[in-house]
Amino acid sequence: MNRIIILPVLVPFATALIMLLFPRRIAAHRLLGVLSTLLLSVVSAILLNSVLSGGILSLQAGGWAAPFGITMVVDTLSCIMLTMSSLIGLTTAIYSIGSVDEKQEHNFYHPLIQLLLMGINGAFLTGDIFNLYVWFEVMLISSFVLLVLEGKPEQFEGAIKYVTLNLLSSAIFLAAVGILYGMAGTLNMADLAMRLPLLEHRELLSVVAVLFLITFGIKAAVFPLFFWLPASYHTPHIAVSAIFAGLLTKVGVYAIIRFFTTIFTLESTPLIHQILLWVSAFTMATGVLGAVAQYDLRKLLSFHIISQIGYMIFAVAIQSPLAIAGGLLYIVHNIVAKTNLFYLSGIIRLISGSWNLRQIGGLYATYPLFGLLFLVPALALAGIPPLSGFWAKLTVIRAGLEAQEWLAVGVALLVSMLTLYSMIKIWNEAFLKDDPRGEDTGNRGQEYHALSSGKKIALIAPVVILGMLTILSGIWFEPLFVLADRASLELLDASIYSKAVTGGMP
Amino acid sequence: MNSVILATASRYLLTLILMFSVFMLLRGHNEPGGGFVGGLVAAAAFALYFIANGLDAARSILRVDPLRAAVLGLLLSFLSTVPSLVSGQPFMTALWIDTGIASIGKVGTPLLFDFGVYFLVLGITLTIIFALAEEECSL
Repeated sequence: MNRIIILPVLVPFATALIMLLFPRRIAAHRLLGVLSTLLLSVVSAILLNSVLSGGILSLQAGGWAAPFGITMVVDTLSCIMLTMSSLIGLTTAIYSIGSVDEKQEHNFYHPLIQLLLMGINGAFLTGDIFNLYVWFEVMLISSFVLLVLEGKPEQFEGAIKYVTLNLLSSAIFLAAVGILYGMAGTLNMADLAMRLPLLEHRELLSVVAVLFLITFGIKAAVFPLFFWLPASYHTPHIAVSAIFAGLLTKVGVYAIIRFFTTIFTLESTPLIHQILLWVSAFTMATGVLGAVAQYDLRKLLSFHIISQIGYMIFAVAIQSPLAIAGGLLYIVHNIVAKTNLFYLSGIIRLISGSWNLRQIGGLYATYPLFGLLFLVPALALAGIPPLSGFWAKLTVIRAGLEAQEWLAVGVALLVSMLTLYSMIKIWNEAFLKDDPRGEDTGNRGQEYHALSSGKKIALIAPVVILGMLTILSGIWFEPLFVLADRASLELLDASIYSKAVTGGMP
Repeated sequence: MNSVILATASRYLLTLILMFSVFMLLRGHNEPGGGFVGGLVAAAAFALYFIANGLDAARSILRVDPLRAAVLGLLLSFLSTVPSLVSGQPFMTALWIDTGIASIGKVGTPLLFDFGVYFLVLGITLTIIFALAEEECSL
């Protein structure tokens, strides 16, 4: 059973290799991309099933025992994240068939997406901090290339900010890893969780924790380190934006959750959790305020990513089992809804010929069903019952009330209103108001109608799949909550995790 | 660069440096060396040949597209992990076969992995060098 732990990394790697061996077979690339992500989904389902029935799985690469070798660990949280990354990988692979043009495909678009998935999955799997750094780099290098694949000037402008900030973050990461290793003598997460409470010289513990917080804060785009995100996320191709929006920042959030529950607990670094609380409130507020002011669809949605990250960080800051469960639900809901919104905005662009809300209008009159498809993730993001976002938000806010963090809860509620406002703004501008170009809509939708029906299906299918998931996870919310609850209990009791990896000995 | 001496010498040096790079690759398991260094040395050999004889000559003597070589390297490294997966050992466990021949000794998956690294480094380095050279030629 343990052997399949490595498959979420190996499958995309092998797929990318096969694609690179036949660099000119674009049709095969598309097919392989879908097949590989389908296989990934199956593997994550099997992993989820076996973790739920048999507890945490671990694998020692090369047979080197735990604190010395590289450990791969699959607990419930990893399983949830792996499932999400396979899902987004699958929908993006389908969506790319419809939206990405052949020039980019010849420039290794499909292999790069596979390598990106490999980095993301590796980060979710690893149980070793230095190995986490390596997976971050794998993910980042693929994302650098994907960001500038079309070679437009604004992409390079965005990429410079993106690359600089991420390299800085990697440097801080390495420094923190070095200090931590000097203090504790180990980088295995399970081993660290056992050793840190027993550490004699704890002076630097808070410093290291803050360094890790900055590193992952940059990757997760929290206040005040988020500014690379709105500067770069609207520049690449929309399919790339969608997978970035869905998964990349969430890897940062995943790392924050992993580090500040299992390794740096509330008792060992109380300062960090105070900082996290303030950071989360400001992240929620600044993100949504930025979104409200935007008229470019992609920029608006990019600012929303930041605002939503705030809710997840808020959950980590509170640290009660309910809060962590709520935070995980929020991640799941947000990955699905956010990616969906980016897919939809790509289709809006094809139909109306513009990203700018001022120049779009009247979509509801011509495409009423499409309007409904948009409403599902938009209302879910704002937290309207019975969609998935409502339950996630409810759980987080309930946990906040129990922890008596009135101020942050107030901010969270206010931000919800503003989120709803900005979603209504898209609805009003793009769907309800009359087309600003008046009756003369000669070339409206030309780009969309010029596509073959196969490509149209490839564009719409991912939106329908993710929309259905948003609705279904809202209606059958309970199994999801049980899953998140289980993950949060594992996270807060580090001994379960450590026992599964090292056998519980410090 | 038009230097008869360098052009003539580079032909002999290419063979010598390539042999040295294989030597570096093979001694790497227990001593300084290995796939990475070996690949770099091999890339240096081709880079020298390119400086002496020009880009087209270097490409033709390499025969394969450098990017292909890199992919081949990745593939070899990937294949070196397959035996551990198939035999039910933890991922990337080193498996050895004793050939019984004194001069060869034991052969195993780490050697295959190192060969993969060798070709990967060779391919990527030359891809970069050739890409930069093309840019310079077109200016």
